[in-house]
Amino acid sequence: MSDASSSASSPQGERELLKLTAAQAARRIAAGELSALELFDAYRERAATDHAVGHEGLNCFTWVADERAGVEDSGPLAGVPLAVKDLFCTEGVPSQSGSRILQGYTPPYTATAVARLRDAGAPLLAKTNQDEFAMGSSTENSAFGPTLNPWDRGRVPGGSSGGSAAAVAAGLAPWALGTDTGGSIRQPAALCGIVGLKPTYGSVSRYGMIAFASSLDQAGPLTRDVTDAALLLAHMVGRDPCDATSLQLPEEIVLPSAQELTGLRLGVPAELHGEGIETGVREVFDGACKRAEALGAELIDVELPHAPYALSAYYVLAPAECSSNLARFDGVRYGLRAPGALELLDMYTRTRHDGFGPEVRRRVMLGTYALSSGYYDAYYARAQRVRTKIAEDFADAFKRVDFIVTPTAPTVAFKLGEKTADPWAMYLNDLCTVPMSLAGIPAISIPCGLSDGLPVGLQLAGPAFSENRLLDAAYALEQEFGFDGSAAHV
Amino acid sequence: MAQLARLALAEEEIEPMARELSAVLDHVARIAELDLEHVAPTSHVLDVTGALRPDEPRPCLPRELALAQAPAVSNDGFLVPSPQA
Repeated sequence: MSDASSSASSPQGERELLKLTAAQAARRIAAGELSALELFDAYRERAATDHAVGHEGLNCFTWVADERAGVEDSGPLAGVPLAVKDLFCTEGVPSQSGSRILQGYTPPYTATAVARLRDAGAPLLAKTNQDEFAMGSSTENSAFGPTLNPWDRGRVPGGSSGGSAAAVAAGLAPWALGTDTGGSIRQPAALCGIVGLKPTYGSVSRYGMIAFASSLDQAGPLTRDVTDAALLLAHMVGRDPCDATSLQLPEEIVLPSAQELTGLRLGVPAELHGEGIETGVREVFDGACKRAEALGAELIDVELPHAPYALSAYYVLAPAECSSNLARFDGVRYGLRAPGALELLDMYTRTRHDGFGPEVRRRVMLGTYALSSGYYDAYYARAQRVRTKIAEDFADAFKRVDFIVTPTAPTVAFKLGEKTADPWAMYLNDLCTVPMSLAGIPAISIPCGLSDGLPVGLQLAGPAFSENRLLDAAYALEQEFGFDGSAAHV
Repeated sequence: MAQLARLALAEEEIEPMARELSAVLDHVARIAELDLEHVAPTSHVLDVTGALRPDEPRPCLPRELALAQAPAVSNDGFLVPSPQA
């Protein structure tokens, strides 16, 4: 029997090695059957090729490690390399949240989530492309240019964590970190045919994440399968004194093992299943629900009466918070400063105009308007009341069902440029993911089939702190679906 | 509004920005349909207890590190154009 490490020098051996899920690779390294350095080198070479100037790659990365610093085969993650969304601060490594205004910025400290994973044995492989400040659903709003979908290079990978999703789907990284504010982990995971989990708000420290909308931002894993998502999450979570909104989970995250769904009640909300969902997506989703029934789950119609208002509330709250958070980018302490200004206010306004892309400018304007005196009650205060109703809708539904199940995104991956001219058309991508973000509850997207050759994601959402049960149900469904993502490997 | 947001907009950028924002606000206006008179606004989605850490002095970022990435520095501080030139 030949093991992966002894044959890794051959092209065929390397392909075998890259086929391993992160959990499989960690197990092999821990058993002494695979070298962590060899695995790191194999991925580093692939990532560097995709990142190389002039190479016709997917443009997944904004930075790739040029040495194997800190690669050790110890710890629970055993040296399996990690790709990290650009907006996580990484000491000495460029971190600019996809924005020109942070050009060349290298933070003096590392985000807690990244530091915890490094301490658990996952070295930094690369930083991944994203929509600027995580504002977007296609990774087209990046100072680094768009990332391409490995299933079809004429299409977007979703966003804002599109670089992380495309890298994992293409086999350019074993696993990746992303962030989700209104769907930015789940939607790209769906469009790229991988697993993406947004944990309960507060599970993972936001310290060192370049902020977009602080009451919604949450870090989480993008992985090839549900087991990898559980493994990565287990080593990210926990209270951090540097983030006052972070929490200690009531139980440890454990690896999923459920084989069936007997007795599980899955709620299908009509509001997130009808209008606005593409026919092909609905067909694949309905087929997936039938297979859940075959595993023993009971499908129950539920109502989320305020879900149709979620997107409207979100596009008040998120821009409002962003307009406040992005006030720090003023050309004084770091990043870009527009040249030639003779006066302070002129320096601020020109720096921010030149440094922010069109979508960020739009949201800063929208948020400033929603928070301005005279409009505050009609927009911000009202949207916070809608948010309360949305959370109550979920609480009511969870009295009757264990989980809510929806399509993750209303469409499959769309063509580059298709939605850039109409902001609201782009925002509609978040239709099914925004309600869970507003309620702060965990939700996972897993691939459940193909529509016209492109992946469709199924979203499972549960009450706060239901991560272990959610991962278990997702795992059982994953075994049943048997989704094969190898067509996207480069 | 651009001035409040500290954003310089070129003359030709004003009309498209106004048009795009109006279109988004038309969609956002749907929240006006709901009766929310007796609904409390969300301040935080989960109950957090013990969020405050002890108020103890800790070392902060060394000055040279804090200044290292500034576009302009002078006399151990950030250098900016005058507010009323």
